[in-house]
Amino acid sequence: MPTFTYHRPTTVAEAVALLAEHEGAKVLAGGQSLLPLMALRLSQPEHLIDIGRVVGLADITVADGGVTIGALVRHATAEDSAIVAEHAPLVAAAMPLIGHRAIRNRGTVCGSLAHADPAAEMPTVALVANARLTAQSVRGTRTIDAADFFDGYLSSVLEPDELLLAAYFPTPETRSGTAVVELSRRYGDYALVGVAVEAQLADDGTVCAAGLAYFGAASTPIRVADAEASLLGRVPTADVIAEAAAIVADRLDPPDDNHASRAYRKHLAGVLTRRAITEAASKAAMKVQVR
Amino acid sequence: MTKIPLTVEAGGLVDVRLTVNGAAVATSVEVRRSLSDFLRVDLSLTGTHLGCEHGVCGACTIELDGQAVRSCLMLAVQADGATITTIEGLANADGSLSLLQQAFHESHGFQCAFCAPGFLITAKVLLARNPHPSREEIREELSGNLCRCTGYHSIIESVETAVRLMQGTNAEVAS
Repeated sequence: MPTFTYHRPTTVAEAVALLAEHEGAKVLAGGQSLLPLMALRLSQPEHLIDIGRVVGLADITVADGGVTIGALVRHATAEDSAIVAEHAPLVAAAMPLIGHRAIRNRGTVCGSLAHADPAAEMPTVALVANARLTAQSVRGTRTIDAADFFDGYLSSVLEPDELLLAAYFPTPETRSGTAVVELSRRYGDYALVGVAVEAQLADDGTVCAAGLAYFGAASTPIRVADAEASLLGRVPTADVIAEAAAIVADRLDPPDDNHASRAYRKHLAGVLTRRAITEAASKAAMKVQVR
Repeated sequence: MTKIPLTVEAGGLVDVRLTVNGAAVATSVEVRRSLSDFLRVDLSLTGTHLGCEHGVCGACTIELDGQAVRSCLMLAVQADGATITTIEGLANADGSLSLLQQAFHESHGFQCAFCAPGFLITAKVLLARNPHPSREEIREELSGNLCRCTGYHSIIESVETAVRLMQGTNAEVAS
């Protein structure tokens, strides 16, 4: 590893004071993104602030109609959490797709959000779930909507002196279904393209709310509003879903790289959209029937 | 665990206390030292192998507080206070092979065995959490470890052998 000055605070106040004091400091939580970057010398922070011993950040709590996941909650903890499974189904669905278990045992949900990798699952899930992210600095605390959080490749609106304290995921309406679907070349790899869906059905079985967002498809996680709108007020039949999928394949402008061409990713986004909406709509339909 | 909070200047040493394969370790280590280098260089536990050193290959997997983790993706200082098992800690106390190791021996799990420490530790943690994993669960759990020789079938069969050996042992105990 490159050299750095190491800080190990025990309180949030100490951590944000250190962030304010040391320009260019990086926060170390699970380290599953930061340490590889440092090992490859792509990141060489002068100061590393290890929040691993900060007390009070490792909780998953249910309140205010949703689930709040603290900065030190590891992916594996969220994956195994009955609370997350029941109240934040999109987060639960994404967990098994993130890296491998050994990575999830260390990596954190909030770290993944702060890292803002557009190819990763969590930023896109946060976008579709309308998550709200709480950041703290010596200047105070603020809450940022996921829709406003990601502003570029590996970039968020977090200021250099801010610490991402927690992420709040509102629980979907009762008659909602969710799905996260992706295709990767090998199990646990970053997806070529992936989609997160949340769809809500009215009593008559028509879609009354829909969220569709993509990872691996742009420089940030990205919603396709036209495809969402195409579903509204309609029963999600195969034709209606295919129409939304075609809009997605048309609107997205994904990257071209060694792993897949732009054209293939566009096609794949359409295919995955169809599968994901079908899964989400059938889950929601089951809830309508039960009711 | 040493005192917290603390700040250590670049190049400086930090005191760490941890338990490795049942033995208490108290030493000081440079803050930038990865846990994998700490195990291999400072503690001479070279059974933990380093393949990619950025979290992809899984060869360096160790057990930390009951969980499988990549030792190359941790700083040694992050493991301060932890309990660690490496491949050197897998055999029985008398030096005989553990059931898991025996199963890999019987089923010819490995060829060159560079990846063996990572696979064995990952399988150990899996079987502790889930003593009767399905083939799919084994495949999923081991998916984070790369093997360049075997094509994986013999490795998965070895874990299935271990499950059978463990069941046999439990049956003997029960009778």
